[in-house]
Amino acid sequence: MSDQLLISTRKGLFSARRTTRGVWDLDAVSFLGDNVSLAMADPRDGAWYVALDHGHFGAKLHRSRDRGATWTEIGVPAYPTPPEGHVEKDFLGREIPWRLMRFWSLAPGAASQPGLLWAGTIPGGLFWSEDHGDTWNLVEPLWHMPERRKWAGGGADAPGIHSICVDPRNPARVAVAISSGGVWITEDLGKTWTPFTKGMRADYAPPELVEAPESQDPHRMVQCAGAPDAYWIQHHNGIFRSTDNARTWTEITDVKPSVFGFPVVVHPKDPDTAWFVPAIKDERRIPAEGKVVVNRTRDGGRTFETLHRGLPQAWAYDLVYRHALDLDATGERLAFGSTTGSVWISENAGDDWITLAEHLPPVHAVLFV
Amino acid sequence: MPRVAFTRNLQRHVACPPCQVGGVTVRDSLDEAFALYPRARGYVLDEHGALRQHMAVFVDGEPVLDRRALGDPVSATAEILVMQALSGG
Repeated sequence: MSDQLLISTRKGLFSARRTTRGVWDLDAVSFLGDNVSLAMADPRDGAWYVALDHGHFGAKLHRSRDRGATWTEIGVPAYPTPPEGHVEKDFLGREIPWRLMRFWSLAPGAASQPGLLWAGTIPGGLFWSEDHGDTWNLVEPLWHMPERRKWAGGGADAPGIHSICVDPRNPARVAVAISSGGVWITEDLGKTWTPFTKGMRADYAPPELVEAPESQDPHRMVQCAGAPDAYWIQHHNGIFRSTDNARTWTEITDVKPSVFGFPVVVHPKDPDTAWFVPAIKDERRIPAEGKVVVNRTRDGGRTFETLHRGLPQAWAYDLVYRHALDLDATGERLAFGSTTGSVWISENAGDDWITLAEHLPPVHAVLFV
Repeated sequence: MPRVAFTRNLQRHVACPPCQVGGVTVRDSLDEAFALYPRARGYVLDEHGALRQHMAVFVDGEPVLDRRALGDPVSATAEILVMQALSGG
């Protein structure tokens, strides 16, 4: 059971703890006033990492080895210098700078790879570090892959890697999801990359491109730790599931109140159990009917329960971003945070929710630690 | 000697008080300042050495327009201000 939650917001990294009385309270803030993109806790050595987006001053990384008591700024990835005169554009003709714009995912390597970290960034570079983030290297084969030029901005102006799944059976197999650019997997620690989007559909694309790997806009991808052949994706087009190690994907369409959304989490042991936070898609991006709900399936997507006890059911317009839903290692505790600064926690797999906060800055990410 | 001063807002992240430096171009002078305050470099310049998009440099009140090479000349008495390119409310 995790008794602490890190909340990455537009104006700082907040911590909440469960007290001995069983009540959750905010108890600390770091980087107050700074834009915190996301946090990551490394289970191998207990280190915490936080990605900041300073705007004027660029994207930065900090590491804590004492659970947030003190932080040290560490290195950041550098994009390569483009060839002289090279101006890169996405497939819609918009310029893509070869410059670190934002961190959009951080992931630890396997237990057998101490110090190895992965970082997914906007505008689409994947980086790895062998020294706990002090120095970073671009995964060049992915960046220089011709198909990468077909990626485009989705959740941001430029394409970005928001999900990194290191296979627990084989740490040389790493899956990344790009908004917007599909799912790409390496099985040789980054040397070669293959699209894994068979079965995905992008009905927002021209007919000729509906099934193209690069057209796919996964908003978030997760892999079941205890049954790693199972992946779930909350896609722009809806919910997709794979039970064959991402070789094929099945679209799940009949989901009320909406099949659209950003985040997904999967139970750590049960691949059939996953949670989503639905929203009305595209131009609106608000909860359906002003009601904040969480969808849960326990049968691999055949049916969904819409969970609402303890969540606002009128005049609520909380949007939940792709990293702003988390599940603890037991699969019992869930938390999510919204663009309007609310955070809710459940201790019974989503059946009931308590309000942790209502007036935080916009929440980018939550993380049980 | 040219004098380099960084925006106060940067001090919250990296201590970099005003400093006297050498150099005959903006690039030279900033390089000397960054030698004193290595962490400040990544806050002001991107990974290719260009001025970050929302940063601005003024030399004796004139904005530096060569944001990539930073090749503008500086006099021995130049005041080089490194600021945020703030606009609007």
